[in-house]
Amino acid sequence: MMDYANILSQTVQNIKPSGIRKFFDLLEHMEDVVALTVGQPDFATPWHIREAGIASLEQGKTYYTSNAGTLDLRVAITEYLERRFALRYQAEKEIIVTVGGSEAIDLAFRALIEPGDEVIIPTPSFVCYGPIAELCHGVPVYIETKAKDNFKLTADDLRAAITPRTKLLVLPFPNNPTGAIMTREELEEIAAVLRGTNIIVLSDEIYAELTYGRRHVSIATLDGMAERTIIASGFSKAYAMTGWRLGYIAAPAPLTKQMLKIHQYALMCAPTTSQIAAIEAMRNGDDDIAYMAAEYNRRRRYIVKGLRDIGLSCFEPEGAFYVFPRIGDFGLSSDEFCERLLTQNRVAIVPGTAFGAGGEGFARISYAYSVKHITEALERMGNFIQTLT
Amino acid sequence: MDQLLKMLEDDATLTPEQIALMCEKEVGDIRSLIKKYEKEGVILGYKTIIDWDKTDREYVSALIELKVTPQRDRGFDKVAEKIYNYPEVQSLYLMSGSFDLAVFIEGKTMREVAYFVAQKLAPLEYIQATATHFILRKYKDKGVIYGTVEVDERGNII
Repeated sequence: MMDYANILSQTVQNIKPSGIRKFFDLLEHMEDVVALTVGQPDFATPWHIREAGIASLEQGKTYYTSNAGTLDLRVAITEYLERRFALRYQAEKEIIVTVGGSEAIDLAFRALIEPGDEVIIPTPSFVCYGPIAELCHGVPVYIETKAKDNFKLTADDLRAAITPRTKLLVLPFPNNPTGAIMTREELEEIAAVLRGTNIIVLSDEIYAELTYGRRHVSIATLDGMAERTIIASGFSKAYAMTGWRLGYIAAPAPLTKQMLKIHQYALMCAPTTSQIAAIEAMRNGDDDIAYMAAEYNRRRRYIVKGLRDIGLSCFEPEGAFYVFPRIGDFGLSSDEFCERLLTQNRVAIVPGTAFGAGGEGFARISYAYSVKHITEALERMGNFIQTLT
Repeated sequence: MDQLLKMLEDDATLTPEQIALMCEKEVGDIRSLIKKYEKEGVILGYKTIIDWDKTDREYVSALIELKVTPQRDRGFDKVAEKIYNYPEVQSLYLMSGSFDLAVFIEGKTMREVAYFVAQKLAPLEYIQATATHFILRKYKDKGVIYGTVEVDERGNII
């Protein structure tokens, strides 16, 4: 008998599997469920972008590209970042095309974290930061953002969390799952804490194109911040390209130089077909973004009001495609609430606890669904809540 | 408000309440705007898109090209009026190019359609020539792709 427990890395074994898996397994075996769980767009990739990918395959462009990605795409990315967010990067040295935003995040951690280094992670947030920090033998330090602060990171909380071992601050805004964003003024307060330190910011800007009412501001545009910021972003949410697995890093050259080594040995390069399609997206996709963002915005208003009408208090999300209503006023834990909602009224939403500390009492609801679908879900949720009150 | 029209064009089942929420407007304003559009003939009707091939209904549709001699002062309008009053005619367009009027008609059988062309359209005054093209398959109509049913295949990834 192989003693796998002794063979496998202790670090990996210590990582907790995503708690939400169990819930999704339950969901998959049920009929007639209206799910609001999915964290990806309900649009197919715009046809002109798909067509560019198809054409590249027809032309036999099936080779590896250079490790950092084709220069064409890196140039397109720098032009895009400047056009959309006033960010200035050099295509040759400061951009790495990655396999999704996820790889971009992974590269940043692996290039920076030494054993014992602390990584500050605001929660509730996307589930990967803590486990990746642990894989690098780093120490996640969680800051619980609060409903009273509209789930934003505050300068006071950040200051209190910083120690001499702090290496990295993850800045996950626009936020999954809360929909919170950080305005320029709020980012200025964060930047004021960081300037003069050696702390690097990993700004996860995958939802940057999906903000409502105001444009996303990248912390790298603030004075003195570009030199200490790694931007991780990608094509999945803005262009509805999740399955293409394509993202990128924009960061100072001394950082990308090291990250590129990891990328080179782990992945060689991002998928060529996806890279070619992505050039089309960045050059001719602004209208697609506007169309999809307008559509999400309509659903956002609809669902926020709908949730409030059935008796859930719900902070106004300004980004991504999630709402994070409070479900903790009925004497049930988030997990219990979601499980009973699923089994009794067949609506699936994700308990806030899946996204770390601060998630108890809340649930993530995705509105990357049709209005008809959302309407049906709201009706069922309303019926469920009536049984609780 | 173009946005309202676009939303209704995409989905006529949206209620004024839903539209008001989505556009951050008052329900009353949306209702009166819709009424106004209906009164002015901007909104002409609400229909359902049906894939009849999935039902037992027997039908056949055709595009008929017509060459027409325009009339003094009235152009093609008089002829068009005569044609669009037939209930068999689903759509009628004045075209640029090698013919003048495009007529989309529906009938139960090809014979019925052929009969309609021969007996009703061709003999009309000012019609010079007709060409009948039967529609063999509808791939897309009113922006909707036929023959597919949307299934949510998205993986549950947080």
